[in-house]
Amino acid sequence: MTTAERAGSAATLDTPVLAVRDLSVSFPTETGTVSAVDAVSLDLAPGEIVGMVGESGCGKSVTAMSIAGLLPGSARITGSVRLNGTELVGTRESALRRVRGKEIAYIFQEPMTSLNPVLTVGRQIGEVLQIHERMSRRAARARAVELLTLVGIPSAAKRVDNYPHQLSGGMRQRVMIAMAVACGPKVLVADEPTTALDVTVQAGILQVLRDLRDRLGTSILIITHDLGVIADIADRVVVMYAGRVVERAAVTDLFAHPYHRYTAGLLSASPTPGRHAGTDRLQEIPGLVPVLSTQPDACTFADRCPAADARCRESAPPLEVVAAGGTDHLAACWHPCPSPRSHPEEANR
Amino acid sequence: MTVLTVPMAETGAASITRRTRVLRRLRRNPLAVVSFVVLALAAGIALLSPWIAPYSVDQTDFARTFAPPGSPGHLLGTDDLGRDVLSRIMLGARASLQVGLLAVATSLVIGVPLGLAAGYFRAWDAVISRFTDLLLAFPFLIMAVGLAAIRGASLGNAAVAIGIAQIPGVIRVVRSDTLRLKSLDFVAAAVVDGASDLWVLARHILPNATSVILVQATVAIPAAILGEAVLSFLGLGIQPPAPSLGTMLATAQQFAARAPWAAVLPGVVIMGLALAFNVFGDALRDALDPKGDRR
Amino acid sequence: MARYLLTRAWQSALTLLLSTIVVFFGVRALPGDPALALAGEDRSPEALEAIRRHYGLDQPLPLQFAQYVERMVQGDFGVSIRTGTPVSSMLTTALPVTAELSILAILIATALGVGAGVLAAVRRGRPAEWVANGLALIGLSVPHFWLGLLAILYLSVATGLFPASGFVPFLEDPMDNLHHIVLPAVILGTGLAAIIMRQTRSAMLDSLSSDYVRTAKAKGLRPRAVITQHALRNSLIVVVTVVGLQLGGLISGAVVTEQIFGLPGFGKMTIDAVFQRDYPVIQAVVLLTATAYIVINFFVDLLYSVIDPRIRVTGDPA
Repeated sequence: MTTAERAGSAATLDTPVLAVRDLSVSFPTETGTVSAVDAVSLDLAPGEIVGMVGESGCGKSVTAMSIAGLLPGSARITGSVRLNGTELVGTRESALRRVRGKEIAYIFQEPMTSLNPVLTVGRQIGEVLQIHERMSRRAARARAVELLTLVGIPSAAKRVDNYPHQLSGGMRQRVMIAMAVACGPKVLVADEPTTALDVTVQAGILQVLRDLRDRLGTSILIITHDLGVIADIADRVVVMYAGRVVERAAVTDLFAHPYHRYTAGLLSASPTPGRHAGTDRLQEIPGLVPVLSTQPDACTFADRCPAADARCRESAPPLEVVAAGGTDHLAACWHPCPSPRSHPEEANR
Repeated sequence: MTVLTVPMAETGAASITRRTRVLRRLRRNPLAVVSFVVLALAAGIALLSPWIAPYSVDQTDFARTFAPPGSPGHLLGTDDLGRDVLSRIMLGARASLQVGLLAVATSLVIGVPLGLAAGYFRAWDAVISRFTDLLLAFPFLIMAVGLAAIRGASLGNAAVAIGIAQIPGVIRVVRSDTLRLKSLDFVAAAVVDGASDLWVLARHILPNATSVILVQATVAIPAAILGEAVLSFLGLGIQPPAPSLGTMLATAQQFAARAPWAAVLPGVVIMGLALAFNVFGDALRDALDPKGDRR
Repeated sequence: MARYLLTRAWQSALTLLLSTIVVFFGVRALPGDPALALAGEDRSPEALEAIRRHYGLDQPLPLQFAQYVERMVQGDFGVSIRTGTPVSSMLTTALPVTAELSILAILIATALGVGAGVLAAVRRGRPAEWVANGLALIGLSVPHFWLGLLAILYLSVATGLFPASGFVPFLEDPMDNLHHIVLPAVILGTGLAAIIMRQTRSAMLDSLSSDYVRTAKAKGLRPRAVITQHALRNSLIVVVTVVGLQLGGLISGAVVTEQIFGLPGFGKMTIDAVFQRDYPVIQAVVLLTATAYIVINFFVDLLYSVIDPRIRVTGDPA
């Protein structure tokens, strides 16, 4: 069996469709090696939507890109990434190419620059079909029209011959989604899909993603820094900081009771309607996300944490269960927040 | 265990000025250093050539015509009239540099103000763009032909022809940078503060446009040198017996079989000068690139 | 697209008109009596009078200009002082030579330049890139007439591989024609190839690091498809622009190349005319060059709109 065939066939209800274990990524730079991702583990079950959240520079995009081997050649990747049971780390490029677009697909943040300006939208969607499904140009074009309708683009038969610059931002992103799901991939990785779009358009895009999950059973890994998006669409959440996973939980559990100090800080820093209406200040987290050359044996958030002590700076807290349940809630913190979040400021006492 | 942290965002006030950063990048680039040294040497030799050339350029020696390089007293040999090739090359290089610099200076003096105006004032843009189109329609050689027909051939006319031909390039580059700078916030801030158009152009836009102008100059000078060589070769530029690398090649053409070095050497020098300028120009452009060290 | 082309069309027409005016006054700018300049051998008062009448030199300037334009449009460029033959017939024999030389040079330069540029961009950081860059720099810096001389010395005279000079019309003997013109075309194309290579490389580097190439890779396209279908497609716009801009340089280069290789083209005609003060020919040459440049650039703009759909559809270059 080829890698692609194996990757397509093995998923069952129990095994996750995507299993990432101890994934670490580092880059050589002029000033030394930079460790972007440190021992990240996460699962994606069939039909599940998992959100990855964190500030810029926390390693979420790098993690996402490394899954299908889309990082530049200089990246050093260790660990394991199993797509439907098939190991992707260390696989040959030619094998990875068969998986990309077919078993796992991506949509990116900037739909304008992510689409080729000199090719029609139909051509670009058809391309994936021609490569992986060996469709003829005509068949591919017809299927492209169907896909455009699927993602909610009106007058698809006309739009299929449009160029990207003739479409609005929201429509372009829908085209990206159509392109991504053309071959029916098991996993869709969405890297900040709504960040570059107007708020009113965002809801539409998220709805398209939800529909795809409901209708096609696609699992989605959605990366964002926007907690609102997470609350809207995710089933489970993974919080990242400085290359490490610091908390993992079901979405309602996370918002109800964040355990890691960073997560609590994130939630406090986000405006909530009603709560911060008049007088309450948004609490910012002082300091900046560090760029690390090696992952130290200490908590990377210690410098910015209000509850940090000597222990935090001497040894790295492991990611362990802090509240068991239908979905376990895990956090990597020596001094997790004790009480559920009734009032944002209280969580960090 | 210490955590090696580097702050992600370098806020505003950089302790290193831009000029220092550019110079540092240049110094680190071996090609830039080498080409700069070559240029400095060439400029020095060319400048001092009337005094340090071993022979006078007109000094003929009919007993020793076509002496090959390495002959006693003539490092690079002699030409058909017994004149020392080395001396003629030195002074020819001087003339080339003179024309090159003169031509580029002309194009800058005329082109920069026009480019600024075209980029800053919409009304002027239309007129200046048509003017640029008109200039572009006449290839520099044709222009030189025309000038030679009207005013005769000389070093000065060659420089003028080349200079005029380079104006469109300068205008285009300055105009495009002015357009870019005009839309930046610091210009808006100056205007809101009550600065006049001239003030904004002179104090805000022009200083920021110097990097593109500099790059344009380093590209234009070798083109001008090559242009001078072509014109003198054809007889439309520096007239013999005044030394010029182009005329040397023209006469050498006839005697190529007997004295191949006379046909090869001047060309090597022209190429060397142009190459040094081009290499340095490339290095300068990379050093000025705000995107930083692109590896 | 129609709007874009219309704008370019009237702009080109205006430039053409201005060029004509410039050339017209150029001849009038000659020191002394224009009739004398146009006279040639026979300078008797009767001959001068005849010239004045023919060219309408005693008429008011606007009228002269109108007559001048009228004659141009009919193809009457006057009579060569040197040979006495009509300039238009000289042009008919000379232009095909120059045209063939130039077209061949452009083809060779584009093939070489684009190929080398793509190679340098794709093999970034490897030896191939340095070699390609080095060659391009040399190609930019070398005086190509010198290169021509060397080529004649070592490739023609010494080894007899190519003829040193002369021209054989294509219709007479295609093989011989190519044999004569290949070397000059390569020499002429050197500088252009270097420029095209550098621009292509730069454009390719930009394309290859763009988001849409990232998308293409994420779709599982093979490297060759990514390069040709996506990166190169977008870089072609740059190549077309470059060739359009360099046309003037090409014409200048053709003049010199013809001189060196003894090709009886437009360029050689020009040089001879300058030294012999053959003003009708000079005037015709200058005007024709300007016209050719303007017309060709207009077609380049047309080509532009075909390649870049953003222009085709909205009339606005991105």
